[in-house]
Formats: sequence, structure tokens, C-alpha cells
Amino acid sequence: MAKAMRHFIFTAAVALTLALGSSAEAASGPGGAWTQWTAGNDVSNIASLQRGAANFMGHCAGCHSVKYLRYSRMSADLKIPDEQLESKLLLPGSKRNDYITTALAPADGEAWFGKAPPDLSLITRAKGTDYVYQFLKTFYADPKSANGTNNLALPGTAMPHVLSSLQGVQAAKFSEGEHPHWESFELLEPGQLSPEAYDGFVRDTVNFLDYAGEPVKAQRQSLGIWVILFLLVFTGFAYLLKKEYWKDVK
Amino acid sequence: MSDEPMKAGEEVDLSRRNFLTAATVATGAVGAAFTLVPFIASWKPSERARALGAPLEIDLSKLEPGQMVTQSWRKQPIYVVRRTPEAVAKLEGLGASLKDPSSEASTQPDYTKNAQRSLKPEVLVVYAACTHLGCLPKQYFTQADPEMGADWPGGFFCPCHGSRFDLAGRVFNGSPASANLGIPPHSFTSDSTLVIGIDATQGAA
Amino acid sequence: MAASSDNATDKGGFRVWLNKRLPVDEFVASQLTGYLAPKNFNIWYFFGSLALLVFVIQILSGIFLTMHYKPSELMAFDSVEYIMREVEWGWLIRYMHSTGASFFFIMVYLHMFRAMIYGSYRAPRELLWILGMLLYLALMAEAFMGYVLPWGNMSYWGAQVIVNLFGTIPVVGPAIVEWIRGDYGIADSTLNRFFALHVIAVPFAIAFLILMHLVALRQTGSNNPDGIEIKAKLGPDGKPIDGIPFHPYYTIKDLVGVGVFLIFFCGVMFFVPTFGGLFLEKPNFEAANALSTPEHIAPVWYFTAFYAMLRAVPDQQMGALLMLLAIVVLFFLPWLDRSPVKSIRYKGILSKIALTLFVIAFIALSYLGLAPASDLYVILARVFTAIYFAFFILMPWYTRIEKTKPAPERVTYHG
Repeated sequence: MAKAMRHFIFTAAVALTLALGSSAEAASGPGGAWTQWTAGNDVSNIASLQRGAANFMGHCAGCHSVKYLRYSRMSADLKIPDEQLESKLLLPGSKRNDYITTALAPADGEAWFGKAPPDLSLITRAKGTDYVYQFLKTFYADPKSANGTNNLALPGTAMPHVLSSLQGVQAAKFSEGEHPHWESFELLEPGQLSPEAYDGFVRDTVNFLDYAGEPVKAQRQSLGIWVILFLLVFTGFAYLLKKEYWKDVK
Repeated sequence: MSDEPMKAGEEVDLSRRNFLTAATVATGAVGAAFTLVPFIASWKPSERARALGAPLEIDLSKLEPGQMVTQSWRKQPIYVVRRTPEAVAKLEGLGASLKDPSSEASTQPDYTKNAQRSLKPEVLVVYAACTHLGCLPKQYFTQADPEMGADWPGGFFCPCHGSRFDLAGRVFNGSPASANLGIPPHSFTSDSTLVIGIDATQGAA
Repeated sequence: MAASSDNATDKGGFRVWLNKRLPVDEFVASQLTGYLAPKNFNIWYFFGSLALLVFVIQILSGIFLTMHYKPSELMAFDSVEYIMREVEWGWLIRYMHSTGASFFFIMVYLHMFRAMIYGSYRAPRELLWILGMLLYLALMAEAFMGYVLPWGNMSYWGAQVIVNLFGTIPVVGPAIVEWIRGDYGIADSTLNRFFALHVIAVPFAIAFLILMHLVALRQTGSNNPDGIEIKAKLGPDGKPIDGIPFHPYYTIKDLVGVGVFLIFFCGVMFFVPTFGGLFLEKPNFEAANALSTPEHIAPVWYFTAFYAMLRAVPDQQMGALLMLLAIVVLFFLPWLDRSPVKSIRYKGILSKIALTLFVIAFIALSYLGLAPASDLYVILARVFTAIYFAFFILMPWYTRIEKTKPAPERVTYHG
């Protein structure tokens, strides 16, 4: 057991060192490092969430599930009309009360990509919205990679750049030297969307995933304000009462 | 309660004290009541239970006359029977031997409060729970079934306490049960597609 | 049936009837209105009752969580998401419980710090302090096992690391580890038994210890910021001059504390329930995975000071031992303090410096335990661990040699 423990601590230490090293390297990149890009999404923006849901169902749901979210919950929260849900968003074979699960079998995913595409229900909670935003924006052409693309946020990712038709194909420029770090992107082939429009596309999609990670988020915050206001009133009365009684104490 | 002042000297403003006590207690009580809401509401059927209890579509195209299928909707067994024309015809004359022939004292949607207790004359949809104590009645569809006697018109028999029902789920005199079998909300989206859980907007076709 | 003399409604009503059968008034008179507490309690005296409030919150929310949670390897993680998404208001109940866990420790740490600055652990309150320490230990066990239940990846690896600590016990260690887990790794059996302990056994122990803690407090009476005994100055009526009835004065004062506390509590619960990954850690939103350790593994913030000490020692057994000692040494506090005065107000400069350094060390260790174990951090952790222990080891010395101010005869109170 002690050996296993030591082995575990060693592995953890190695993993930590690597993680530290790579983040230190990334942060040192000049020219507005991509690690500083923030998603800046807002789960109370219903229009953005609707666009994000359409983006997700159109481009991601072929391989990725959101297995804790039901279509019915999504359409209610995002105010998506029933006809639109049925005609545009439901995956073939799914009913409105079903969870959003991809038709891609995990075994097929593993065979095709080397790794089954993960469920994305909690991706923004586990990795943060900024991470997903950076991930979707930092695919670049890499001839050394098996599928021709690589990613700055998740180097060596098994995922191909499925959004390249929208974003276009970009090359990454790295600095010279023993430890090259990212300097800039250069658009090799433009996509259907302008860089600004692609930003918006990614932001909406991240927003949807943020919602999917915690569907109650927007409601939680708006309820919280009322609770705090109520507690201020209660505390106010209690404070005055305390002042009144403590006049006795000399 | 000995809340007398520690030292005499200043007058205690009792009305202010009482008002603030009432205000604090009242606000606190309101807060406590609101706090209880989530806990009580958490016992309601969850979204999963509601999804599982969504309307149920049943394809009746394969159901031959005289056959029955058992389905479960919202954790309750439901019998769907395609009655033969003879069985439907037989329902009319049973009035005198039934406890509640016109289903006045029984529970069913309004659109099934008719002679056949159904939307389509041949299709019977009932909760498969004896109105006596909830056992599953058994099917005895054969007329004059040897077990049930020569005048048996076909129907259901509850093995627990011997309640008898006709093929419209109506209870016979002499049964321990006193109400007819219940009928779930249902409708037809096509001639052979039954939907349990959605009320028919108009009466039987 | 009832004798006419028993029918009290004609003489005094329900209250008399009740009190003949259950000493309600007597209890209130002896424990609330008749319990005289020093009148000079300050802000530090809120945290005991607030810790009790969090206990109630945890019991209430916990009971309702058990109604939806499934303590099984296959279903635990899904059932938590089920609570968060599909049970009506389930998210609120779950966040209440997760926020409550952190606030419990915040309250308990502040409460313990209060005892340290005003010498509340000194005679005659040694047992009160020890009961409190036992409560702290029980709370740690409760929090650890509760943390395993969501069966996220941090739950799993946290359980792995902490349970393996028992493996450092000489000779029997490996056997004990296997016995705790009930399997050859952290498994369904481990989760199931932690669930039972978390929802039944440890809460019972905590409730019992709270009762004992309060009984002991009533026996000795409360200490106060001046660290003097109010029983030493009795008025003509034989009661302490500086004592005031707990009810209504402190019940109402505590109500203000409850209000302010709930504003903070709800602020976290509704706006930042994960508290930036401190209260609910990010890797715990991934299901337990025996084949993938989270990149950065650290316990929840309330344990990180001790975790930093564990990591600061380059030997596994010694590290675990040191961590244990860091908690054990707190039990001896009543006998380590040799100062003629109890309160920091009248202690000398050495005590003040020592306590300040101790607080800095504890906070720094808590931070270092969260941070990755780089070389610099390990060295810093060693320095602060040394300060932590020096605070206790040197206490008999610096509390005796320093020059103290005389404690006052009466409590300091500016009405």
C-alpha cells in the first residue's frame, strides 16, 4: 500500500510539474496570450442561449451528448417554441422528454477518433467557460498531427476542427528556440464567418454549455437578490430590537 | 419571562419594544415559512418522474377483437381491450345486474361517460386496479365461462375478493367493490393510435 | 378517566397542566432567563451559536438530500446531478448543504480563535475546550465522508489519499486500509459505509457532543473578553453584578448575528456556490475515475493547513504523524498556557506576537495546501509548520516570562 501511495504521490507530482510548466509557458506568450481570452457569456441572455443551442445541436451533438439535460427542460428554459424544437433541434429518434444523447456509440467514437467524445453536460463546471471558449478558438493546422489539426488549449486533442468551415483554417506561429511558445495565428483559408462572427458563434455555444452545466443558474441569481433584500429587512428589525433591549444594560 | 430592566432610571418604551418584537418575529416567521417551501416542494414528482409519466402512445393496429394488452402509465397498470361487436352489443342489456350502470358514482373522464364507457365503442381503456382494494382483475372474456357461470357475459374477475366487472369495467351486484373501474385520460391521434395521458377534446367519434 | 384535580384548565390553564408534566418553565428559567452571561460579549461571541445554526441547516438539508441521493458507485454521481436538475428546488437544498459545510468550518475556526484570544480554554473550562476539540474532530470526519458522497473525481481521489494515510500506521496499516475500504480499492462498499456514517453515526456523535459542550458551558459559565470570572463579583442579591440574563439580551443579540450570517450564507449560496472552486472543486464535476487522477489534487480549504504539513515532510510516516500531532497538540492548550491572565488584552507582547504568528502560519499553510507542491512552497510550508508548533511548544515559556497587565476587577463594558 505504501508503495502504491508513493507511486501515486510521484505521479501526481509529475502531473503537477507538467501542468505548471505548460501554463507558465503559455502565459509568457506575448501579444495578448490566448490564455487570457475570456468567454464573457451571460446565461440570462435568452437569445444567445437559443443561438447556442442551435449551434450545439447542429455542430456538436453528432458526437457529444449533454446527457443530464432534457430537450423539454431546454425548450422551456430557453423559450424555444415546440415546432422549432421538433423541426430543428430534436436529434433523429429523440422525443421531447429525452435527454440530449448523441447517436454516436462510444465504441465507434473510440474507433474513429481514438477516444470517445466526452459528454459535455458539466464541461463548463469542470473546466470553466473560458477554457471551452479558448479551446474552440485555438485549433490550428498542424501537419505533425494525425488529423492535421492541433489545439493550444488541449494539445494533442483527438478532436478534429469540426468548425473549420466556419472559422477557416489558421496556422499558429511559434517563437524560435528550445521552448517555443505561441505568438500569433494566421488565417490560411477564410471560413464562412468573419473572425468577429465566429467569436459570437463560440460565445453563444459556450453560453449554452454554461446553461447546460447548471440550468438553474440564471434563476438562482435572480432569486438570490430577493432573499438578500428580505434578510436585510429582517436583520434591520432584529438590530433595532437589540438596540432597544440593550438600553437596559448599563 | 424576567425581562425587567437591569437598572431603573430611564423609562422603558414598552410600545416600541413590543412593536419591534412583533416586527422581528413576524418577519422571521415569514422567512421560515418561505424556507419550508423548497423542502416541501422537493417531494413533488421530479422532472424525471414527470418525463416518465409523459403521455403514452399505443399502436392498436395489431390488437385483434377479443384481445387485451396491459400497459403501464404513471406506475399504474392499464388494460386496453378491443371488444368484439357482440360483446359491445351485450353491454346494453346488463343494466339491472350492475351496481352503477350509468357510472354516476364512478371516476372517468366525461367523454367516456356513455353506454360503452369508451371513445370508440370497441376499445376499452381502464385502470387495471380493482376499485375494492387495488388488486389486478383477471380477464374472463369468454361468455358463459365455465368458472363464472352460464349467465356470465364476459368481463373481469378480481381474484382477491371476488369482485366482478363487465367488459365496460362496470361492477356487478354482489361484488365487494362498489365503483366501476377507473378510466385514465386518453385520446386517439389516428384510428389505431391510442394516447394515454392526453384528454380527448371531443367525444367519441 | 382524569381525576378532577388533574384537570388544570380551571386553575392556570394549559401552562400549569404542561409544567406539571414537563418542566418547560423551569428549563427556561434555569437555562435562558436565569442563566447569567457576562454583559461584555463582543463580536467574537456570535460564532458558537452560529455554528449551532449551521448544524441545524446541515441536518435539515442533509435529511432532504438523502431522500434523493443514491449511495452506490454506479448511481451516486448521476443522483447528485438529478438533485441539481430534476428534483424541484433540489439545487437549493444541495447548495445549502455544500455551502453549509464550508460555513460550518468558518464558524468553528472563528469560535476556536475566540477561545484562544480570550483564554476560554483555561481552568475551569479545560473540559469545555476538550469537548469542543472532539467536536472539531467529529466535524472533520463528517466533512471528509460527506465529501466522498458526490462521487466526483476529487471525491474518489480524496478518499484514496486520506484512507491511505491510515496505511502509514506501522504493521497493521495496510490491513486497516483494506478494512476501511471493504475492497482492494476505493469502491462501492467504501461509499456505502461512508454514507451510513455520514448520515447517521457521526451526526449523532456531533449532536451528543454539542449537548455535552453546552452542559459543560452552563456548569462553568461563559468566559468573556476580559478573561475574568463574573462569579467573583456578586451583587447584594447573590448574583454576578456583571451578568445579564441570556434571554432576552443574548437571544436577541444572536438574532442580529443570525441575520448578518444568513446574508453572507445566502450571498454565497445564490451567487457563488462554488466559491471559485474553493467550496465545490472543479474536478468534482467529473465522475469518479480510478484511471485518472485530477491534475491538481488538494483537499477542501478547511483541511489544507494540515495537508500542507503532510506535504512538507519528506517522509510519508513522519508526515502523517506530524499532521496528527498538529491536531493533538490543540488538546493540551489548557495546560500549555501558564500566563497569570487569560485574555490577550492583558497578556504581554510575547503572547501577542506568538498568536499573530500562529494565525499567519495557519492561514499561510491553508493557502500552501491549496497550491501546487513546488520547491519554494514546500520550504515555506516547513517554515510555517515550525511556527505552528513553536506556538504551542514555547507557550509554557513565553506566557510565564512575559510582563502582563493586571486583569480588571470588573468586566470592561461601555454601554
